[in-house]
Amino acid sequence: MLAYIVRRFAYALLVVWGVLLFLFVLFFAVTTPDDIARRSVGDKALPRVIEQWKHAHGYDRPLWPSVDAPTDNLLVDHFRRMLTFDLGKSDADNVPIARRIREGAAPSLLLTLPMFALGLLSSIGVSLFVALFRESYIDRAWVFLSVLLMSIPMLLYIIFGQFLLSVVLRWFPLSGFDDDPAVVTRFLALPVLIAVLSSLGSSVRFYRTVFVEEIHKDYVRTARAKGAGELRILRFHVLRNALIPILTDVVMTIPFLFTGSLLLEAAFGIPGLGSLVVDAINANDFSTLRAMVFLGSLLFIVGQVLTDISYTIVDPRIRLS
Amino acid sequence: MMGYGLLASGSSFLDGAAFGNGVVLAVFGLAAWAGYYARGNEIWRQALGEVFRRRRLSVFVLGLYVALALADSISWVGGSDRADGVLAHEAQSLVDRWFSGTTEKSYSAPLASAEFYDKTPLTRPRAHVLGTNILGQDVLYMTVKGARVALLIGGLTSLIAIPLALLFGMAAGYFGGRIDDVVFFVMSTLASMPGILLLIALIMVLGQSTFSVCVALGVTSWVNFCRLARGETMKLRELDYVAAARALGVSHAAILWRHILPNLMHLVVISFVLLFSSLVLAEATLAWLGIGVNGSWGQMIAQAKDELSRDPIVWWNVTAAGVAVFVLLLAVNRIGDALRDVLDPRTLGEGK
Repeated sequence: MLAYIVRRFAYALLVVWGVLLFLFVLFFAVTTPDDIARRSVGDKALPRVIEQWKHAHGYDRPLWPSVDAPTDNLLVDHFRRMLTFDLGKSDADNVPIARRIREGAAPSLLLTLPMFALGLLSSIGVSLFVALFRESYIDRAWVFLSVLLMSIPMLLYIIFGQFLLSVVLRWFPLSGFDDDPAVVTRFLALPVLIAVLSSLGSSVRFYRTVFVEEIHKDYVRTARAKGAGELRILRFHVLRNALIPILTDVVMTIPFLFTGSLLLEAAFGIPGLGSLVVDAINANDFSTLRAMVFLGSLLFIVGQVLTDISYTIVDPRIRLS
Repeated sequence: MMGYGLLASGSSFLDGAAFGNGVVLAVFGLAAWAGYYARGNEIWRQALGEVFRRRRLSVFVLGLYVALALADSISWVGGSDRADGVLAHEAQSLVDRWFSGTTEKSYSAPLASAEFYDKTPLTRPRAHVLGTNILGQDVLYMTVKGARVALLIGGLTSLIAIPLALLFGMAAGYFGGRIDDVVFFVMSTLASMPGILLLIALIMVLGQSTFSVCVALGVTSWVNFCRLARGETMKLRELDYVAAARALGVSHAAILWRHILPNLMHLVVISFVLLFSSLVLAEATLAWLGIGVNGSWGQMIAQAKDELSRDPIVWWNVTAAGVAVFVLLLAVNRIGDALRDVLDPRTLGEGK
């Protein structure tokens, strides 16, 4: 057990290293500091201006290690700074990125946590209901409805949801955000509703498959033979055994809780981390984007390690193999 | 000037007509070859026949979109005096020629006879079935042109992602050992980066063009299929007929090509169809962030953030593009579901 956990952590470190290397290749080797500078100060800028920009933003060092500068280069610097969470300053306006992320985390989580909880509850509820009525017209109707919901781009949910519920019916404010927790619920209700609805199709389809697959297993037949009711079987047998695929799916969404929803935040004017990324795209702010990709990956990797370890608790067979 | 055909290209080679034509025709050629192959193979013929019987309407709808995309892909220079949407010296497709000279000055409602805001009479009253957009372009024209863009995004990206995934997945699954370790490491690294952020990062680094959007989508989407191909190859490797082939002295390459690959083809087909719809959805998101592909439905929908807040509202542009993308994705997803049920009996489809 301990050996497994140690091995799992070692591999996670290796993947973190891989992500950092990939980011370096992408943001330093493919787009060189000169390119980044030119995007900020313009294509036709004088070489002197570009050098100044690079100096001001800490890009004026060699890319790769050499005999002369084994540590004073961008590769070593990139690894050292990311691993110590020294995220540096924004390429666009010199504001420390760590501060931006601290400011943006709360609004993002306020949006994504209810979105995640409600989404999970509603999709598991609906898919258990559908699994109960499997092979009936209710099931078939839901399967078709899921495909229908999956075929609509998120953008359309947002645009028509905003238009119908805010502009025409005036049930919700169109967009905005407030630090006061009493007021903010009004602003967050519509984005959360839209997010839950737009993800319902694919998640119901996924969970339904998981549940129906479990229902066809032998232990369910045994439970039925000993006289357990259908609802009891779903609750005590199927749901418990379906935990592993559900857990995996849940972990996959954890980094998105942090990175926020780009589309929703931008469309509803929520000043979270999604909006931070959207602003970074518009301002050619490579350092912010780099930091966000790294932090998102890191959270995902940590989440994966934790799931793998929790598997061994949920399912002893994994521990043995 | 006529007769340049596919060689006529715009200023940039990769975004030019020749490249787009080439990709759409390559996808079409590939599909034709696959169809020809499937006809000669009893199992595939039965399976595809079954899908066709179950999803007659979806197959018809998809065929319509493909036909429109093809009509917008056959293009040549000259022979038309009025050009819209494309510059006069650039190649114009059959669709461009059909809608030639339909551009008005600004917005007009569907089937209106005057402009929407300043009420000046249109040059073609009651001719714009779906109205015109802010630049006065016919919305039906732009919607039809979107079919080619969608096919280009789905097709080009799949052409990048699927061979890559097959190559690495099969190599990792078949040879195992060091090769598997390396491939698995690359997959874990790519998979641990949040998809949309990686996508944005790649497009910002590669610059914004149709080709780089497709490359970025390819890089972010091959991992899932690679994992699938790797797992399936690992299972196939253990089967008796592979061991028998090895014992008879068949080379690794021949085993992979003749005994493993054909048994992965059903996964390729299912993945391709499911990948296609997720790519079109992803492009719509990118379009909204301003880094999508020019002329896509996503871009038309993204314009709606201004249009729906106008007074009176301009609703036809977003509705036309929205319905177009919804109908295409619904057809593709329905066909994908049927394909999965028919080709992969292990996954539990519709209540089996």
